[in-house]
Amino acid sequence: MKYLKPLIGVTVFLWLLLGLAYPLVMTGISQLAFPYQANGSQVKLNGRVVASAIVGQYFNQKGYFWGRPSDTVNATTLKPQPYNAANSGSSNYGPTNRALINTIKARIAHLEKTNPGLKVSQIPPDLVEGSASGLDPNISVQAAVIQIPRVARATGLSHSYLRTLVSQATSGPQWGLFGRRLVNVTALNIDVYKARHG
Amino acid sequence: MSLQTAAVWIVVIGIFLVTVKPLGTYIARVFSFQPTFLDRPFRPIENTIFRLLGIDPSVSMSAKQYGTALILTNFAWIILSYIFLRIQGQLPFNPEHMKALNPQLAFNTAASFGTNTNWQAYAGETTMSLFSQFGNLEFLQFVTPAVGGTMAIAFIRALSGKKMGNFFVDLVLMCTRVLLPLAVVFTFLMVWQGVPETLGPYLHVHTITGHTQVVTRGPIASWEAIEHLGTNGGGFTNANSANPLENPTALSNLFEVVMMGLLPVAFFYTLGVMTGRRKMAWTLISVAGAMYLTIAAMIYFPMHLGNPVINALGLHGHIYRVGTELRFGTGGTSVFETSTMAFTTGSVATAHDSALPMTGLAYLAAMFLNLIFGGKGVGLLNMLMLVIIAVFLMGLMVGRTPEFLGKKIEAREVSLASIAFLLHPFIILVGTALSVALPVGLKGVYNPGPQGFSEILYGITSGAANNGSAFAGLGAALPYYEVTIGIITIVGRFASVMAMFLLAESLLKKKTVPTTSGTMRTEGVLFGGVLIGAVVVLNALTFFPVVALGPLAEHYLLLAHHLF
Repeated sequence: MKYLKPLIGVTVFLWLLLGLAYPLVMTGISQLAFPYQANGSQVKLNGRVVASAIVGQYFNQKGYFWGRPSDTVNATTLKPQPYNAANSGSSNYGPTNRALINTIKARIAHLEKTNPGLKVSQIPPDLVEGSASGLDPNISVQAAVIQIPRVARATGLSHSYLRTLVSQATSGPQWGLFGRRLVNVTALNIDVYKARHG
Repeated sequence: MSLQTAAVWIVVIGIFLVTVKPLGTYIARVFSFQPTFLDRPFRPIENTIFRLLGIDPSVSMSAKQYGTALILTNFAWIILSYIFLRIQGQLPFNPEHMKALNPQLAFNTAASFGTNTNWQAYAGETTMSLFSQFGNLEFLQFVTPAVGGTMAIAFIRALSGKKMGNFFVDLVLMCTRVLLPLAVVFTFLMVWQGVPETLGPYLHVHTITGHTQVVTRGPIASWEAIEHLGTNGGGFTNANSANPLENPTALSNLFEVVMMGLLPVAFFYTLGVMTGRRKMAWTLISVAGAMYLTIAAMIYFPMHLGNPVINALGLHGHIYRVGTELRFGTGGTSVFETSTMAFTTGSVATAHDSALPMTGLAYLAAMFLNLIFGGKGVGLLNMLMLVIIAVFLMGLMVGRTPEFLGKKIEAREVSLASIAFLLHPFIILVGTALSVALPVGLKGVYNPGPQGFSEILYGITSGAANNGSAFAGLGAALPYYEVTIGIITIVGRFASVMAMFLLAESLLKKKTVPTTSGTMRTEGVLFGGVLIGAVVVLNALTFFPVVALGPLAEHYLLLAHHLF
């Protein structure tokens, strides 16, 4: 076993360098240089952490804008728990799975029922097709705009005010070049919350 | 095609084109022991370590010794990783109180991370302690791609008539001079874009609707950096790079793509520098590049055409959003997916099981070929294996003794290259057939119809190609798949490498024949064309039947609006 000594020695050296020093030093420097991002981009309201700015949340009340369908489940019970940020994942439905099509049809029907006057041809796919992580924080501008009448009716806020809030929560593409123009649903709903609760 | 789609593709390809030469040359300099700018900080430490361990960098190993040291070391890591996963509960840095893994999951995980596959039969955020993430799995995400790199470097040395070198020296240099410096830079870019980097517990958020949301945290940014630089692909969380905590913006998505491609592409140029055949390197880069773009088209266009059954529902627009994230755009999504499959990273920015059939076919094809730049070092080895077979085929066509880099390619070399080539489809086809034939294999199927078959085929292929992505509906946590895929990752990683090392040894022993006007050139458009032809024909012959049963069948059934 002439390789035993270099094998053990090199492994220990590389582990100290890459398995220990690297993550700890990177964490230390990141905590100093980017404390906001490094700790999960916490959004505070009245001193309480109400969101991580980069992670989507589940909204199903009529008075809030709804995000993308989320197929995350509870890690222990395996029952649906939308926007479970401690167990990311998707439905894994294949493209020819009848369950996929039926789920989408049910979501369309639910949107039609809760948004009187809404036509199918106005619903963008992102509002009825589940995301990959179950935590997608964004929807398209179209998906937000078609929800304005419902939110207005439930909250008493005016259409034009809600349109302003939507455009405030809209950003992108990054640097004008990367990604697309999208609405951050959590940020938008926090604005709606503020408007309702002073 | 939108401006944003064009922008991300142009920037990514532009970055690869700009970096391939300097980075490839830099790697060649490091492994030819020429001075580089990182000598000053690292040389004293490395020399001390080598002296203490009695390693003499100037003494070369034989091909057999190099291979033995490589495999012994790698297996030692797999065993250590297994042990540490089995006693996870007793180890520090465990704020969420994760318990020890069961034996088959620990084996599957250790084998998979120990072979640069990073197939995950678990969800990271509900299974692994922070220590397991950074002290165990992240360590393997550094050293296993480094091993892949040493394989390629040793083989290139043999091709260029130099000595094989010392495995331990190459391993250390690959970590200190190549992976670590890049990982440090990219960690900060990822944190800047919003990826958490903390040792604190998961974040408890009290939402405005009165609920509590638990948000996964950890040293994720430093993980993302090496996950992608090392073409590893093991996600910190279950959704991997689709999770905004791992990939929060279009720009972080771009960084991850760049990280994946930088080294595999540069390695092709390193081959050119170390063998003195830069033109051949460009030919091979063009061949791999053409296949990269083909895969890209098969991912991008189906997404825009949409799913015909959903299109019939009459929604606003046709873009297929099932299992995708919006923030990357379709351009960013397609460039990520193309890269993760071409560079055999296996991290995902979409849910692969939900992909449209033609896209699923592209994913499978990239893993079948396993040489579209490929994983760090290994993709280059696979490409060279095909080059030797192509040279042999050309020799047959014109009736001349084939030569490669001045060495005659004879029966032994062709046999070894053929064995190395055939092992990959052999593992995939036999593994798939076995899993389909056994009731316990079929139990893992999630989606009905051809997609269910594709799930099994994809899982076995992913293990054999050391990719690690999944059609994640498959019951990967079934003990049958944990054990089978665990074994497949090990065979897929080391079996063909051993054949290639024997080939290297036999090439080293040969005399160099002088180049004449009659020598067949292994560069230029003609050779590139023959090489692509050989790659496509050989793989189509091997894989067409399984592809016809899976994605192709599903594609035509979907066009006919047939559901299961």
